[in-house]
Amino acid sequence: MSELTTLDLLLPFAVLLLPLAGFVVLALFGDWINKDKEQSGACWLACGTVLAAFGFAVATCLRLYAVAGGKEGLRFTQPYLGFEWIEAASFRVPLNLLIDPLTCVMMLVVSGIGSLIHIYSVGYMAHDEERVRFFSYLNLFTFFMLLLVMGGSLPLLFVGWEGVGLCSYLLIGFWYKKDSASAAGLKAFVVNRIGDVGLILGMIFIFHAFGSLDLVDIADNAGALAPEAFGVFGPVTIACLLLFVGATGKSAQIPLHVWLPDAMEGPTPVSALIHAATMVTAGVYLTARLGPLYHQSETALMVVAVVGAVTALMAGTIAIVQTDIKRVLAYSTVSQLGFMFLAAGMGAFGVAVFHLYTHAFFKALLFLGSGSVIHAMSGEQDMRRMGGLRSKIPWTFGTFLIGTLAISGIPYFAGFYSKDEILLSAIHHPALFGIALFTALLTAAYMSRLLFLTFFGEFRGGHEAEHHLHESPWTMLGPLVILAIGSVVSGYALFPGHAGARIRLPEVIQPVFRLGESPLHHVSWVPVAATIGALVGILIAWYLYLAMPGVRAGLARALRPALAVFSAKYYFDHVYDGFVKHVVVKGSEHLLWTRVDAGFIDGAVNGLGTLMRGIARSLRPVQTGFVRHYALLLLAGAVAVVSYLLSSAGRVHL
Amino acid sequence: MGEPAFVHQAVLLSLVLFAIGALGVFLRRNVITVLMCIELMLNGANLAFVAFSRAAGTLDGQVLVFFVMVVAAAEASVGLAIVIALHRHKDTLDVDAFNVMKG
Repeated sequence: MSELTTLDLLLPFAVLLLPLAGFVVLALFGDWINKDKEQSGACWLACGTVLAAFGFAVATCLRLYAVAGGKEGLRFTQPYLGFEWIEAASFRVPLNLLIDPLTCVMMLVVSGIGSLIHIYSVGYMAHDEERVRFFSYLNLFTFFMLLLVMGGSLPLLFVGWEGVGLCSYLLIGFWYKKDSASAAGLKAFVVNRIGDVGLILGMIFIFHAFGSLDLVDIADNAGALAPEAFGVFGPVTIACLLLFVGATGKSAQIPLHVWLPDAMEGPTPVSALIHAATMVTAGVYLTARLGPLYHQSETALMVVAVVGAVTALMAGTIAIVQTDIKRVLAYSTVSQLGFMFLAAGMGAFGVAVFHLYTHAFFKALLFLGSGSVIHAMSGEQDMRRMGGLRSKIPWTFGTFLIGTLAISGIPYFAGFYSKDEILLSAIHHPALFGIALFTALLTAAYMSRLLFLTFFGEFRGGHEAEHHLHESPWTMLGPLVILAIGSVVSGYALFPGHAGARIRLPEVIQPVFRLGESPLHHVSWVPVAATIGALVGILIAWYLYLAMPGVRAGLARALRPALAVFSAKYYFDHVYDGFVKHVVVKGSEHLLWTRVDAGFIDGAVNGLGTLMRGIARSLRPVQTGFVRHYALLLLAGAVAVVSYLLSSAGRVHL
Repeated sequence: MGEPAFVHQAVLLSLVLFAIGALGVFLRRNVITVLMCIELMLNGANLAFVAFSRAAGTLDGQVLVFFVMVVAAAEASVGLAIVIALHRHKDTLDVDAFNVMKG
């Protein structure tokens, strides 16, 4: 045990600034470093900065443990450089970073998985002319994401929040010459902006209720607030619900989930990093970070849980009918994020973050694996043209299999442990528990379907494509193998706890929420039920796609109405499209443009001009052009002024 | 005739001079006559200055008169130059001929 030194306080700063430095160097000198299009020096530079950031993040966490020794409430928060960012009366925002176990987990996930995806991208983007731009965006994203999870106050978190949104937009639309890509980028940006309004309003409410936006202040003082029962809409409930609007936008929860599937237009490493492992979990992080506040409002918790459960179920059903390999994974991500929110809504914030952490491994693995498949298929993403790839790209298959088992919740793989805890957290709400269990079954089913369609059976892509099939380079396979290992061990990895004890991740971060011990009691039949659910899901997929593919057509006929709804993604896009086309566009045209703008505003401006011209016309005869008329007016004016002055002074006696 | 009565009469005279000058400016149509009437107004004012200076027993008014005389001399030269320019321009000295500023 030792004291913190100045050097320790600078460690998190190094974590934060290295990717930013990488971005600046690449943005300014990237093309100069990569003089030849074939070189990849700039790409490796980007990897280096994130890897170094990961190293510093590990060092930061080790120092935190060394200093705090596993005691409760361990954290360091320091106003770096003594710099006050905003100072206005009682509104003060210092530029401080908060390092506690929750930050450590997020920091390690972001920089660790970020490094792997950077390395993977070197291989994946090897033939792209604009790699330098790609890597500079990735570095910028890493910086903002680290700022989001390390910021010590809500405004600082918000800077990161907006920054990752910007990078998400830039990277979704990376291939901007493709119309669908730039449209998807715009959609993501606009939908996120709707959520951000909620976040801003939530911050205002929190400042109103607490007089502070410091995360430690909020967490410390939340317990003193009066708890608000279900149905009571006090300031805490309103603040939490507004913040949750922001979380639904960023984490793609219903009704703001529509942008995430479209975001798959971006390069696959982007989907893995931003739209699976890190950025989309920011909403979960925000909810967990303000867990003590949410804990005071039953309404907010219930809303979070219900939105999470409904999202998990709906996205799971949509994933079953998707044919694009990346879109299946996208809906799967939405569904898994729903699981996290379900746990958070049950008050089990540690469990939500636990699932966030295991999900980061296996979902990044699955996305990178799908990228490897797409790479092998020379850009083809439709699973109906794949099949039998298992022998052609064995490494990709092996790692993808591990990822599928992990997300399906097969025992001894990471997803099993976190999903088990989520189910446990919901055990007192039969409806939510049922939805969660059924969604777990769906997850296993659609992931197995993806696996069977892609890697089993006969190749359906034609001779030409079959001839081109090739395993990916080691820069892509290396990260896959590491993530596969993570997808197995992250579920039962133990961390050093108090007095040499070895504790699991939810217990590591539990002190952050100031709610005492984790309330979960293990129930022996829950993991058994979850496992059976997963196996049933896999069996159904096996039966329909491998054993008896003939049954599928009949089943599809029988379930046509339901499948139509799933294929149409529950008509969310239709409704939004209709709303924009009919209400926003038509309303703008017929009311705002022709009436308000052309009628009222232009009318007022032009009317003022006409009025002035009228007055001027009636005054024009005064300007006769004869100097003596002006002189007469001058004299009359002077006489008037002087006589007024004299008469008011009462001294007129000529 | 006492001192106040003298001042009274001098101010009245200056008023008369000023009024004659002003009427001339407004009524006469020859530019040179108008200029001369302006001189008359200036000198009416000068007379008032001197009278008040005498009444107040200070020299301030008289100093001001010298200023006015210097400015009047300058004004006369500029004014006559303008008169010549006007005459060259329109071949007349009727002030009513120059109304290009009419609104």
